[in-house]
Amino acid sequence: MSKTDKINMVQAINWALDDAMAADENVIVMGEEVADPEGGGIVKVTAGLSNKYGSRVRSTPISETGFMGAAVGAAVVGIRPVVEIMLMNFVAVCMDPMTNHAAKLRFMSGGQTHVPLVIRTMTGSGFQQGGQHSDFLEAWFCHTPGIKVVMPSNPAEAYGLMRASIEDDDPVLFVEHIGSYWTPGPAPERGSSIPLGRARVVREGKDVTLIGYSRSVADILSVATKLSESGIDSEVIDLRTVQPLDTQTVFESVKKTGRAVVVHEAVRSFGVGAEVSARIHEALFRDLKAPVQRVASVDAPVPYAKHLEAAFLYSHADIEAAVRQTFV
Amino acid sequence: MTSTVPDRSVLVAIYRKMALVKLNDERVIATIKAGKLFMPFYSARGQESIPAAISVLLDPTDYLVTIYRGVHDMVAKGVPLKQLWAEFAGRTTGTCKGKGGPMHITHPESGCMVTTGIVGSGIPIGAGLALAAQLRGEKRVAVTNFGDGASNIGAFHEGLNLAAVWKLPVIFVCQNNLYAEHTAFAKGTSVEQIATRAVSYGIPGVRVDGNSPVAVYAAAKDAIERARAGAGPTLLEAVTFRFNGHVLGDAGEYIPKEEYAAAVAADPFPRYRNWLIEQGHASADELSAIDASIDAEIDEAVEFAFSSPLTEGSEVRRDVYAQGQQEGSAQ
Repeated sequence: MSKTDKINMVQAINWALDDAMAADENVIVMGEEVADPEGGGIVKVTAGLSNKYGSRVRSTPISETGFMGAAVGAAVVGIRPVVEIMLMNFVAVCMDPMTNHAAKLRFMSGGQTHVPLVIRTMTGSGFQQGGQHSDFLEAWFCHTPGIKVVMPSNPAEAYGLMRASIEDDDPVLFVEHIGSYWTPGPAPERGSSIPLGRARVVREGKDVTLIGYSRSVADILSVATKLSESGIDSEVIDLRTVQPLDTQTVFESVKKTGRAVVVHEAVRSFGVGAEVSARIHEALFRDLKAPVQRVASVDAPVPYAKHLEAAFLYSHADIEAAVRQTFV
Repeated sequence: MTSTVPDRSVLVAIYRKMALVKLNDERVIATIKAGKLFMPFYSARGQESIPAAISVLLDPTDYLVTIYRGVHDMVAKGVPLKQLWAEFAGRTTGTCKGKGGPMHITHPESGCMVTTGIVGSGIPIGAGLALAAQLRGEKRVAVTNFGDGASNIGAFHEGLNLAAVWKLPVIFVCQNNLYAEHTAFAKGTSVEQIATRAVSYGIPGVRVDGNSPVAVYAAAKDAIERARAGAGPTLLEAVTFRFNGHVLGDAGEYIPKEEYAAAVAADPFPRYRNWLIEQGHASADELSAIDASIDAEIDEAVEFAFSSPLTEGSEVRRDVYAQGQQEGSAQ
């Protein structure tokens, strides 16, 4: 396949796992239904891997506390497990191994051990899955020192960030948006990786900085195109990883534009947007032409009905209104 | 004592570990009570037969997981006293530079991989260490320790099931000291014997007198051999008692006086010591010499700890992430 061909994020992550497993025999894959006899994952991200790598790809019982704890134990002695938590809400049943153990063992052991673990999970509203199958909970983990949080926006980014996550010596939570899985994009260069903690300027502009990650990057780009027709020149930043947070790239942009809007699908209060906004205000208060705006979902559980989901999630009109607010 | 009595050298090795665990526990308490050390301490006085008998069957490369009441397990497995005491005292020479403390001791050289302060959490982690050994085709085993209270938490059931399904080389050691914090065993546990819970997972469940080093040794030997042979996990319930309550300072009002008095009267340490002498396995002089050498070793460890420099405050920013990524963000 040549570099110019398009693939989707399911294929891109599958490639990343395949290439990482080929490169390092310590890389294993665990999770519910990840092996081929069980379907290779419910959206087929891990399809074909168990046929190729045998017992290094393990379907687990529906037992997140059990297999997440086991992944932590194996990682402590140098195995690099990539664990799939089928849907992000299910992290709530294995928070203890993730936050009390994976995130803290390096520190609590005085650096003698560490946990090179990747936790893949998917989520996203818009599929009428209701309140326990759709949440974005990244802020919970950003608030836990010791764990990194990666949220890719397109197939090529997902490949490079997954390779870096697996190579990373810290635990990484890798959040995949269901709504981004089947959107084609340019194929990644196999073997390449994208360092964690470096944001990407997706579109250059001079009037306002629009900051997003995961699916909001596509929404922001679409709004930026529309705004350009009315003479507003937006710079768009894809954070890629929300922990570590690349404040340097954000600050350089906001120094130039003097305006910033942060957009995410997670609920508004106490979220990543609040942190980004606070850091901009702390560092660049005198450079700002207007207060930083946040665009996010309503502070409520994700509802079921289609029209209610639409009322819960931010709209392109919300992003546009927030941008215009910075020009008032 | 049971019929399968190990060789004299093993019996004495077990004694040495029991004495080390007991004398060290007593010294910690004395040092805290003297006001020279401030730390939360979950004494395992009374439970020393269990780690002493198990650890003589293990190599340093075998993995250990234990809990906040786990200093006995660590010391028996081989965590050096000097580094242990330095950790208690928050010194730079401590196992974890004072950042883990007694509830999170880690010492990979002796196989002490994870110590957890969360009840039950170590059970799946032990399974994971065993998974690593299985994936690599190694012969090492993982021993994961916990109390009776942990057998009622989800992680116990998930960990045993996973280890059974994958036939992992792990020994689940439930040190049943009859109290989960302040709650008597029977009030919080649906079965009379925790070992019977193994039936649910299709693995052997063995209940022994945890105050009999010979009984623990025999049961642990079977379980470890089974794990090394690739036959999967065992749940080993060792029934015992803790003499100093849940955490040091706990007056133990919830323990009936008669029960406590009977347990202390049956203290496994003097009982085993007397048995060794009566059976002619060791002389009183030989055992006293062991005690004296351990006392000297503890003296040296305490001296080492308190003469080591305190860990600097800047350490709180280290080991959060891998080197060079300390704060996870540019500030």
